[in-house]
Amino acid sequence: MDNLLWVFISALLVNNFVLTYFLGLCPFLGVSNSLETSARLGLATTFVMLVTAVCAWILNTYVLIHAPYLRLICFIVVIASTVQFIEMLIKKLSPALFRAMGIFLPLITTNCAILGLAIFATNRGYGFWEGIVYALGAGAGFTLAMVLLAGLREESELSNIPALIKGTAMNLIIAGILSMAFMGFAGLFSTT
Amino acid sequence: MKKNESYEEFIKGIWRDNPVFVQVLGMCPMLAVTNSAINAIAMGMATFFVLVGSSFLVSSFRNVIPKQVRISCFIIIIATFVTIADYTLLALVPKVHKELGAFIPLIVANCLILGRQEAFASRYPTRLAVMDALGMAGGFLLALFSLGAVREILGDGALFGVKLFGENFEPWVIMILPPGGFLTLGVILLFFNWFKFKKDEFLEDVAAAERGSD
Repeated sequence: MDNLLWVFISALLVNNFVLTYFLGLCPFLGVSNSLETSARLGLATTFVMLVTAVCAWILNTYVLIHAPYLRLICFIVVIASTVQFIEMLIKKLSPALFRAMGIFLPLITTNCAILGLAIFATNRGYGFWEGIVYALGAGAGFTLAMVLLAGLREESELSNIPALIKGTAMNLIIAGILSMAFMGFAGLFSTT
Repeated sequence: MKKNESYEEFIKGIWRDNPVFVQVLGMCPMLAVTNSAINAIAMGMATFFVLVGSSFLVSSFRNVIPKQVRISCFIIIIATFVTIADYTLLALVPKVHKELGAFIPLIVANCLILGRQEAFASRYPTRLAVMDALGMAGGFLLALFSLGAVREILGDGALFGVKLFGENFEPWVIMILPPGGFLTLGVILLFFNWFKFKKDEFLEDVAAAERGSD
């Protein structure tokens, strides 16, 4: 139980996917202009991460021990088809949610945080439950970072900023400061 | 004329449409591995190989691949090349491979590569596609190297592991840590913005003489 909690906190804060591993930067910088969409995208990503973690575990345990060199191709195909499948499922079950998510759902396929999650979990030899908790933590961390940046950006819309800085340059510097703040969490656990 | 055309495709990736500084693509791997110049170059070379290889293949098969499943086909082609690059680096430079770790497989999810396949390689003949890929990958390599060099010089007082300054240099440790990546790229983008501002001002002055090169 202790171990699982550690995995969760580590993925959420100490090794935040976006701010320490630089994963999922494209949506992080691209779609973080409004608080609501970024929260929604965060939730969708967390869900895909959860499914991917389960699939990756199944693949690793039963298939890939026989052919480790196929790992990458298998993972990416599984992620792409999972996203497609979830898209169809949500469309069938809840059209309202489907409309709300819109274009973000298919875009999750090219989010490197998802593939990164599968690869990191494999490299660290996580078991089934650890994998699930890791996915939850990583997804929550991604959502947290998205919401933080979106909030700051919404505020910055109202302030008087030189035209030269506006845009990606400013977002990157904000992200840098956020990342510095998250480094403070590194002291949270004495064991690496 | 023909020579000019492929030269155009090549040079646009290096400077005018630089994938990192102008298009801001492929950020995920680039910020993570640029804490030293050597890592940046290894990553750049791996991406170079993958981009040129998959552009060549995609462009050669562009008339065979059905439109509906093209994205999956591209991704599988890219994943194959990344696997080759991964194992090659493991065999040749195990130390660098260990430092780059999980970020080599993550080249698959580099939006720059998929973006080039979709936007260019799948529509143009092989020769142009390869030139385009060479330019884009060259620009990416250049960007990675400049970012890696800046971060290593400031954060470690060294370049390629060779100490540049005397004993008294106090390294800015923050530069080789994650925030340094964001800050360095932010500042470089600022510089590019400023450059574009100046250029626009200049162009307005000589607007009459200037003809669009697109």
